[in-house]
Amino acid sequence: MKTVLRTTAMAAVVSVAAFGTAQAQDLTVVSWGGAYTASQQKAYHDPYMKMNPGVNIINDDSAAEGLAKLRAQVESGNVTWDLVDMVASSAITACDEGLAMEFDPDEWLAPAPDGTPASKDFFSGTLTPGGTNCFIPQIVYSTTFGYRTDMLDNKPTSIADVFDLEKFPGKRSLEKNVANGNLEWALIADGVPADKVYEVLSTPEGVDRAFAKLDTIKDEVVWWTKGAQPPQLLADGEVVMASAYNGRLFSAIAEKDQPIAMMWDYQVFDLDGWVVPVGTKNLEAVKEYLYFATDTQRLADQAKYISYGPARYSSAPLVGKHADLGIDMKPHMPTDPANAKTTLNLDYVWWADHREELNERFNAWLAQ
Amino acid sequence: MADTTMTTADGIPLKVSLRKALMRQKMRALMLVAPLFFFLFITFVMPILDMLFRSVDNSIVPDILPRTVLALEEWDPDVVDVPPEAAFEAMVKDIQEGYEAKTIGRVGRRLNFENPGMSSLFRKSGRRTKKINEAPYKEALIAIDDRWGESQTWRVIKKLSPKYTASYFLQAVDMQETVDGEITWQPEEYQVYLNLFWRTLVMSGIITILTIILGYPVAYLLATLPLRTSNLLMILVLLPFWTSLLVRTTSWIALLQTQGILNDLFVLVGLVDDDDRLQMIHNQFGTIVAMTHILLPFMILPLYSVMKTIPPSYMRAARSMGANPALAFVRVYMPNTVSGVGAGSILVFILAIGYYITPALVGGRTGTFISNYIATYISGAAQNWGLAAALGIILLALVLVLYLLYDKIVGIDNMKLG
Amino acid sequence: MSLPAYAGPGETAWYYTYRAICGLIFTFLIVPIFVIIPLSFNAEPYFTFTPEMLAFDPEGYSLKWYAEFFTDTSWRNAVINSFIIAICATLISTTLGTVAALGLSQSAMPYRTAMMAMMISPMIVPLIISAAGMYFFYTRIGLGSTHLGVILAHAALGTPFVVITTTATMVGFDRSLIRASNNLGADGITTFFKVIVPLILPGVISGALFAFITSFDEVVVVLFVGSVEQRTIPWKMFSGIREEIRPTILAVATLLVCISICLLTTLELLRRRNERMRGLSPG
Repeated sequence: MKTVLRTTAMAAVVSVAAFGTAQAQDLTVVSWGGAYTASQQKAYHDPYMKMNPGVNIINDDSAAEGLAKLRAQVESGNVTWDLVDMVASSAITACDEGLAMEFDPDEWLAPAPDGTPASKDFFSGTLTPGGTNCFIPQIVYSTTFGYRTDMLDNKPTSIADVFDLEKFPGKRSLEKNVANGNLEWALIADGVPADKVYEVLSTPEGVDRAFAKLDTIKDEVVWWTKGAQPPQLLADGEVVMASAYNGRLFSAIAEKDQPIAMMWDYQVFDLDGWVVPVGTKNLEAVKEYLYFATDTQRLADQAKYISYGPARYSSAPLVGKHADLGIDMKPHMPTDPANAKTTLNLDYVWWADHREELNERFNAWLAQ
Repeated sequence: MADTTMTTADGIPLKVSLRKALMRQKMRALMLVAPLFFFLFITFVMPILDMLFRSVDNSIVPDILPRTVLALEEWDPDVVDVPPEAAFEAMVKDIQEGYEAKTIGRVGRRLNFENPGMSSLFRKSGRRTKKINEAPYKEALIAIDDRWGESQTWRVIKKLSPKYTASYFLQAVDMQETVDGEITWQPEEYQVYLNLFWRTLVMSGIITILTIILGYPVAYLLATLPLRTSNLLMILVLLPFWTSLLVRTTSWIALLQTQGILNDLFVLVGLVDDDDRLQMIHNQFGTIVAMTHILLPFMILPLYSVMKTIPPSYMRAARSMGANPALAFVRVYMPNTVSGVGAGSILVFILAIGYYITPALVGGRTGTFISNYIATYISGAAQNWGLAAALGIILLALVLVLYLLYDKIVGIDNMKLG
Repeated sequence: MSLPAYAGPGETAWYYTYRAICGLIFTFLIVPIFVIIPLSFNAEPYFTFTPEMLAFDPEGYSLKWYAEFFTDTSWRNAVINSFIIAICATLISTTLGTVAALGLSQSAMPYRTAMMAMMISPMIVPLIISAAGMYFFYTRIGLGSTHLGVILAHAALGTPFVVITTTATMVGFDRSLIRASNNLGADGITTFFKVIVPLILPGVISGALFAFITSFDEVVVVLFVGSVEQRTIPWKMFSGIREEIRPTILAVATLLVCISICLLTTLELLRRRNERMRGLSPG
């Protein structure tokens, strides 16, 4: 028994010692995990750490809970995160509640190679969603549909097909998040013109109508919470179609060669980017990292690994081929004319205002 | 009067001396328990008290809107619809200060739980009240948004002015306090928690009954077999008990998936068609099967220890008096095992109603428990700590009632492990 | 329960039916534990048996998921974290729990039942509630997202097991042994280490094992109180299942099953030793 205790004690000491040797400055970067974090790792983190051996970037995959956990950290004054990846509507809320730092883009962000200041080089208006000044957009992504090519008799072509259980029987997967297309798609499938969607959703009758439409497929839906889930559910054959971030579907189709195809009808465009938590302990290091990671070349580099559009005008011409597969990335971008015949821009300002109340309704609906 | 009290050798009355000795023993026992007591108090009890506090805490409103709360005290909504100019001035000052401190968004969020739209009202007003610096404040605020002219807006703020609130608890049981102070049900499309508590209880009940049905025969077999054989078979019960919860959940996913082992097997033997595989996961079925498996040892072990104490001669006596085996079993053996069934049932039920991990992984939409909603309200997109805390306290109260019941039936001291 | 000689045909039929039912229930108990072991050697990234595997084609089997587990740094960190946290938590809960059990088992202990109820409560309160409370409270006092926070939380969850198993051993403890030891001139400390400890050791160790496995297997509290730097094996498994299900998880699961078999064996040996020391017949 003594030997056992001694070995245990030694193991503890050794592992604590191993743990304590991390001398480098750690930056905790919160992002979405899976293929997306991998693309950030290759395009931003790895080259940055190579240039700055003193910095160690730790990936935390809890961006899906980013806003909630950030609130807890800021409220307690114990902020352990240094940079958080968020969609625009969450960034608006974070800024309004004093959770994210305000900044001057031309001071924090690199100008374009031709000298255009950052404030002019990011897509217009994207640095100041809803009049806030906390958001640094990285990408334009879309939430759209993927389906199993071998499990459906017909090929779904429109958003209405998602709601058509007769022609397209089988389970489908949607995001367990009210603010990412579900209600909009329900209304469009129900005949509301895309440009009237938010107008209709602003009325109680419109909300009822959207939920009534979702009711028609409620029993056939498997709900996902993390971006990596829908490609997995499709690959496992658990569902026949699923809403997903377009880049995740791209990696399942192009990199992993799964029998999945895209259905781009009314893909929902949204912005995703960084916010810096108020009270980060490594502000200077974060600013240095951000200056690098959001410059023209880095944003364009990310598109070599995942099919999201960089959020700078000057990055667009630099988008080229996939780093490993060598295929041209342009036709896989959500903004490619062939894919973007019908689109909907997520109204993130509207969602920042209505997320809370509709979430409550959505949760009640899910439980009923 | 003669002194008749007995004394010890050094002349101290025996009673006193004994009391002192007992006192010393008590103190020693307490000293031994004290470190753990304080440790648990800080690491375990305080967090739960903190949660209790959160479930009624409403200090955010009086803290961020102090002037408004004060100004609204005088206002009687039944007499005048909209509060006087002083309240508008107070509100403008509070918003300006809150906007500077970046706290106005937080109070908007709090009020939004009660009255959808408040969040956007404060957001919008926060940015625009900067320019207001002189009377009339009322007109200026209404110019920013019409809702400042509505009685409803101010009634909600007045209602939420106190430092403490019952609103989270009301919401946790699908009720609400209207601005007129009436307690009513939530609108139907927002009613959810009673239903969820009920579902949690029903599913836990089903799981408990299943563990009795499956556990009873096995425990009986183990209790009546020769010790050597039963010890061997006991390993089949103890191994699942000692195996990681996540391992067991993972293997149920592998077994129950649409493209999983069981479905593959069914297709292979022709029980189901390949295109028509059974949906056994992401629903109540998945949760019930996996949890029954996970909790079964907790039923078998207490049953076994009770059955072990029943002398086999009882059954033989019943048989020799002419009872057939079934009758002897039902009338003689089973009544003796009631305490074991009771202990196992309460243990399994208590564990089941608080389950989170397994329902989260295999439960889908219909197979999730109240715990899953508590987790969502803590760190999900619909974060609402007050509501999460209130739901948690109600669940805790339920468990404590069962715990007391368990203490009555089995006695906490008699809890055994392994 | 053997079949009596006077059993009729009906009884005999029932006897075998009953045994068959029990066999099925044992299968239900044990198959899910073992089914993942062959699956963890799957050459394909699926959670089910491929035709190659069923044909016992060596091509269908592979060790690559084990290789992935042993080479991946985040899994390695998870293993290190799991052990650091579980060992530290076990040391705390075993020390505090054993000392408290000594006090609780004294007849002079005031408010015995109430105290016992409080000491056992971490085991009874649903984990989600403990985790939620700890999340709020620990974040507030600066223990959120730290190893110390997770260790303290796990220590609290582990103490009931130590208290229960140690008090159980103390029940059969003959107090005259202490008096005898004192009579023979031993002081309190000598008595504690030479007389009390050897006798209650089996209870303490099995309590410690329970505390260890509680921490080692715990995921809810880690999810809430910890953050990325505290991720443990169950944390990785949980997020793995929720995201990309890879057979690496099955490889880890297989290793964990091996660990639980070791623990079970240790406990069984301890139980026998305990019974021998009390002069009871060995099982």
